[in-house]
Amino acid sequence: MTARIGVVTFPGSLDDGDAARAVRIAGAEPVRLWHGEPELHGVDAVVLPGGFSYGDYLRCGAIARFAPVMEKVVDAAGAGMPVLGICNGFQILCEAHLLPGALTRNQHLHFRNRDQILRIEATGTAWTNAFQPGQEVLIPVKNGEGCYVADPATLDALEAEGRVVARYVGGNPNGSQRDIAAITNQAGNVVGIMPHPEHAVEALTGPSLDGIGFFTSVLKHLVGAPA
Amino acid sequence: MPRVVVDVMLKPEILDPQGQAVANALPRLGVNDVASVRIGRRIEIDFTGEPDLDRAREIADKLLANPVIEDFTVRLVEADEPVEARP
Repeated sequence: MTARIGVVTFPGSLDDGDAARAVRIAGAEPVRLWHGEPELHGVDAVVLPGGFSYGDYLRCGAIARFAPVMEKVVDAAGAGMPVLGICNGFQILCEAHLLPGALTRNQHLHFRNRDQILRIEATGTAWTNAFQPGQEVLIPVKNGEGCYVADPATLDALEAEGRVVARYVGGNPNGSQRDIAAITNQAGNVVGIMPHPEHAVEALTGPSLDGIGFFTSVLKHLVGAPA
Repeated sequence: MPRVVVDVMLKPEILDPQGQAVANALPRLGVNDVASVRIGRRIEIDFTGEPDLDRAREIADKLLANPVIEDFTVRLVEADEPVEARP
């Protein structure tokens, strides 16, 4: 049976359409979820897409965290459902305390938009098991508030527990501590990533097809996961 | 009726690039005696009834501030108090 992967649309989401297309290209069925509805419609996994939910008012992701659909996402994530937060989705996952730390203003204050090399360091997660440890991938990055920060103890714990999923290679686009581009929770089912794998799934529009691996990973994970 | 004011500031150890950018612009105004600038946010809350500082602290902790990167203070001011008296 085809896996059904939910893509949430918040007011101000931009990349929900691309995320849904990436899900389809990877071979799964995208299911559009609405921020105002506390309902996951029986999906097997959830993607929180990039954009500017609620206009980034207050802090990026701070208001989206309290959207009705997020109650269900938080519960499902706690029960082991794979959740991928991309860019604004990563910010929402941190605000919702599903991931540690926070994303702050880029250190140079400029919005950064470029193709970025990442090194995949954790391949045991639900969203990265299709990669080889140390594999380098090319994925677009585009953010104004992508600087990952956490206290030193949290950073040490993330590294010691192998929860740094990806790091920036060839230049850090936003000043993120320890070049962190993506992290995961302890169980490995929740991943937050600042760059945009959903923009690297087609030769016509992306710099590579490397982004597909994130979405095929979750399909592999769901097949292997106990029902 | 008094008003609750919540001031949210980045923790001292968190880099404030906005504040740095402002500090770096000051010499262009001829101001050369400022060591640092930090930028925060002031939020004014009017309750329908008596102001409730505990409730305001809860609001600040859960929504207005992100305790990972920010500190906040909560205080009461008179609602008709001018925001800033100018000399």
